[in-house]
Amino acid sequence: MARIFAYIVHKAGVADDSAAELAAAARKIDPAASPTAIVTGWGADLDAVCATLQSHYGEIWKVAGETFAYPNAELVRKTLVKVLPPGSIVLAPHEHFGIDLAPGLSIKLNSAFVSDVLGIEGVEGASLKLVRQEFGGQVSAHVGCDISSGAVITVRPGAFKPLESAPINGIVVDKTSDVGALTAGRRYLETMVAESGDVDITKHNVLVSIGRGIQEKDNVALAQDLADALGAAVSCSRPVVDAKWLEKSRQVGTSGKTVKPKVYLACGISGAFQHLAGIKGNPFIVAINKNPKAPIFQVADVGIVDDLLEFLPEFTNKVRELHSVSPK
Amino acid sequence: MEILVCARRVPDTSENEIELNSAGNDLERDDLVYSINEWDNYAVEEALQIVARVGGNVTVVTVGGEDDEEILRREMAMGANHGVLISDDAFTGSDGRGIATILAAFVRKGQYDLILTGVQAEDGGAQVGGMLAALLDYPFASLVNSVEVLDGRKLKVSREIAGGNKEISEIDLPCVLSIQTGINEPRYVGMRGIRQVASIPIPTFGASDLGVDPGAVGQAAAKVKRVDYFVPALGKGAEMLHGSREENIDKLIELVAAKGGLK
Repeated sequence: MARIFAYIVHKAGVADDSAAELAAAARKIDPAASPTAIVTGWGADLDAVCATLQSHYGEIWKVAGETFAYPNAELVRKTLVKVLPPGSIVLAPHEHFGIDLAPGLSIKLNSAFVSDVLGIEGVEGASLKLVRQEFGGQVSAHVGCDISSGAVITVRPGAFKPLESAPINGIVVDKTSDVGALTAGRRYLETMVAESGDVDITKHNVLVSIGRGIQEKDNVALAQDLADALGAAVSCSRPVVDAKWLEKSRQVGTSGKTVKPKVYLACGISGAFQHLAGIKGNPFIVAINKNPKAPIFQVADVGIVDDLLEFLPEFTNKVRELHSVSPK
Repeated sequence: MEILVCARRVPDTSENEIELNSAGNDLERDDLVYSINEWDNYAVEEALQIVARVGGNVTVVTVGGEDDEEILRREMAMGANHGVLISDDAFTGSDGRGIATILAAFVRKGQYDLILTGVQAEDGGAQVGGMLAALLDYPFASLVNSVEVLDGRKLKVSREIAGGNKEISEIDLPCVLSIQTGINEPRYVGMRGIRQVASIPIPTFGASDLGVDPGAVGQAAAKVKRVDYFVPALGKGAEMLHGSREENIDKLIELVAAKGGLK
């Protein structure tokens, strides 16, 4: 069985949650595996990350360099090509860095590539059987991956639970001298932090959240009316922002805000994992969608199959009626 | 600026419910409505806007069959100067690497300053752009949500990273960018526009035209193969309310109030 490596994403001296998840995924591929972490970075931050990885990995390969102070996928790819043994299986998280790094890495390693894996069913001969989703989670697929010349696999964040085992006190191996000077055709300039927007959806206990099912910009008012009646705020999924119907600051999900409401009313939202990943704190989720097969119904507490554009105004009226009859 | 956009025709999820066939191993493909992959449409719009600012041409290419010509014509109706179909029986069953290999061969036949793909298609692969860049040894940026042309054969690009933040970089041309949805507002295409480009011939290239070794692409060379489709066994799932709309609303208000959701 090929040696398994996990590329570790980190920030400000702290390893990403995916670090422990990739160690768990590696053991799904090969229960006997002792996966090796690979981490690039610079200075005290890098050493701090390596120290935390020692509890999950038997060996940690570190590559230090000032050019790694901000992660650059092209430089990391060139580094990995130099240090990885032929035929390796490389795991990386399926987030913005892994998406930047992994496809090109598979070309340079001449190995197979599978992205956004959320299940690993094991190895038969040279074929690794994996589970992916297509069509925004509406269907799943088994994929066979020929690992005879290695593989690069990106793993969906949160799909694999970290193993609860005793810390293994791994050793840190410095691979910096194997790498040498590197240059890249893309150079980092700066990070622009998201604007806060007019409404802070992270501060609300109740969110009326709308998706593609709201159909057009004028219908956003139907959600706002309900939110006003409930004392809630309107949030949304990505397609609503893409269509410029609401500001980016209203978007819930991996590329938007992480929210922790008590009640989350998902209106016309299909329930792609990038959206669900932005909902934390185990809220009471209500899904209203005209498609009975929408993935959102798998994660919601209560579901209603109905036409949103008719349902929302009636819901709003009922809430208003309650307020007008109940003593304040 | 000569810009190539790699596009693909996919089942339109806003028009179809994606379901399994009666055998339960593939999608029910009868009656599926197809359209251009949403990400690719944003990429074409971005190419058109760049050319409007700095001049040049936009070529849209797809790997597929005769049916896929319709998306090329749609994008030509948007304003793309050329459409190209890459088609060969030897390409059937290619994995992401195979498609990237075919596209790389096409790129080497031309002179492109900038190559755009969508971030991903309906299978969520997010792979062809990065692979194409690596095959060509061009710089690459994924998840791009703004593009500015700088002097000296460089672009300033923004990538969508976590939390709505943007990572700004400069990147040397020629390069490959994978374009994220929301980067622009793709222009509307009417039936009239599509009729106007209906008779323009679309050149077609096969393996021998591009110098692609048929053994390096297609089903036989694919290291990654889809085995089947399935719908995973549901967990607990939602408690579905099956009453009339009025009953459902009453029940919902009761439940939401119990969770502290009424002011």
